[in-house]
Amino acid sequence: MGPFFKLALTLLGIISSISNFAQSEQMVSVKGGTYIPLYGVDSTAVTVDEFTMDVYPVTNKEYLKFVQEYPEWKKSKVKKLFADGNYLVNWEDDDSYGSQLAADAAVTNVSWFAAKKYCECQGKRLPTVDEWEYAAMADQNNPDARTKETYNQLILDWYEAPKTFNNSIGSTFKNYWGIYDLHGLVWEWTMDFNSVLISGESRKDVDKDSNLFCGSAAVGASDLMNYAAFMRYAFRGSLKANYAIRNLGFRCVQTTESNNKNLTY
Amino acid sequence: MKKILNTGLLCLMLINLIACNTKNSDKTTAEKYQCPMHCEGGKTYDQPGTCSVCKMELQPLALNNKKKGEISELSIYNLPSKWTNQNNEEIQLKALQGDVLVMVMIYTSCQTACPRLVADMRGIEEQIPADKKDNVTLVFVSIDPQTDTPQRLKEFAKENQMDTEKWVFLRGSEEDTREFSAVLAVSYKKISPMDFSHSNIISVFDQGGELAYQQEGLGINNEETVSKIIELVN
Repeated sequence: MGPFFKLALTLLGIISSISNFAQSEQMVSVKGGTYIPLYGVDSTAVTVDEFTMDVYPVTNKEYLKFVQEYPEWKKSKVKKLFADGNYLVNWEDDDSYGSQLAADAAVTNVSWFAAKKYCECQGKRLPTVDEWEYAAMADQNNPDARTKETYNQLILDWYEAPKTFNNSIGSTFKNYWGIYDLHGLVWEWTMDFNSVLISGESRKDVDKDSNLFCGSAAVGASDLMNYAAFMRYAFRGSLKANYAIRNLGFRCVQTTESNNKNLTY
Repeated sequence: MKKILNTGLLCLMLINLIACNTKNSDKTTAEKYQCPMHCEGGKTYDQPGTCSVCKMELQPLALNNKKKGEISELSIYNLPSKWTNQNNEEIQLKALQGDVLVMVMIYTSCQTACPRLVADMRGIEEQIPADKKDNVTLVFVSIDPQTDTPQRLKEFAKENQMDTEKWVFLRGSEEDTREFSAVLAVSYKKISPMDFSHSNIISVFDQGGELAYQQEGLGINNEETVSKIIELVN
């Protein structure tokens, strides 16, 4: 009886590990490294620890499942503190995204609070700006393609293309890490989107208004050639956490416990 | 006889009028709709439809019909985050409900703007009339919870002669701090192990926890902030 029991247990273990795998198979690992972001920390390089990232942005279908499980995030139930009037504004009602939106298109018109909660409920979290930018500087073949003209042009072309938010996930290129759609469909929320120290009025920032921001002289653009990234940072700087915007979605990441300790939001 | 009848009629009409009035006021608490573009200024409609000017769909207006003690959807008391104060007591923001709150986010090891923010807070406090002081709480929230332990906050409070009930110093998890800064629309970023960049915003919340006023900048004229606080306390 003993060996049989053991065998059954092992089998059970294998099965459960397979199903665990199934759950995380839509995530891929991004190897840690050092890079100089547009807005550097004292203009020095930033070190990003290894993390796993969702291969695709969260879709309408997935988000529907979430609001059904957590009804306080339904379109009509959400508190105004956590999402403004545009929250899921194009959804037909509380329990349906309707026929205008594709099931496998990225969910948009979600606030930062909603995106954050979604990730928490999956045992994940939103990526930091540094993590997101680090993963997103890769093209098909290189972990850092920022110096390539074609790569920047591709992103800028997308910024000009209208209504990409309703395209299916996976319809843009697969990058070096195996992640799709970081550029080309929707803009994405980050955990510390409000770490960008530029005020809404861009003319104010020319001399880094030291009365509005303490220590603002330390944050300047390190690579102004990277116009696409500059647009992203400027966009993040203009957001508030309860904004729900039509071309703004999100995806989640996960890190191991030991790496979480080093994390500063 | 006729006179009595007349008075009776008048009374009846009066009652009717009052009844009508109460009916009307019932209606005002029902849902109202407004053009999202405010084409007709603040005009509201009782029923959904389209705007007569721009033809956009009317949007329901969020009405502020909360009862006493109840918090509105926009209240910061909806936040579930837990904080520790300078006396090492765990509190939720809700514990501060009922007072007008003046809040600012700082970190105690800051050498540049924070001392000035502290001075601004003190300046505001000094201008609140003595009989109103009991209804106002001034709150500092740390953006550097790693360094700003409750002990550190206590020392900071003492250094600044703010170690009374009126001044509350809070620290929370990094995540809750980030969330709270998002609510306050305060930006911050760690720029070295010792220093943060952060926006200098002082926020005023009403008794129900709704954001009522924000002052942005350092050492600016805080007259408006003070008058807002006094208005809220009254």
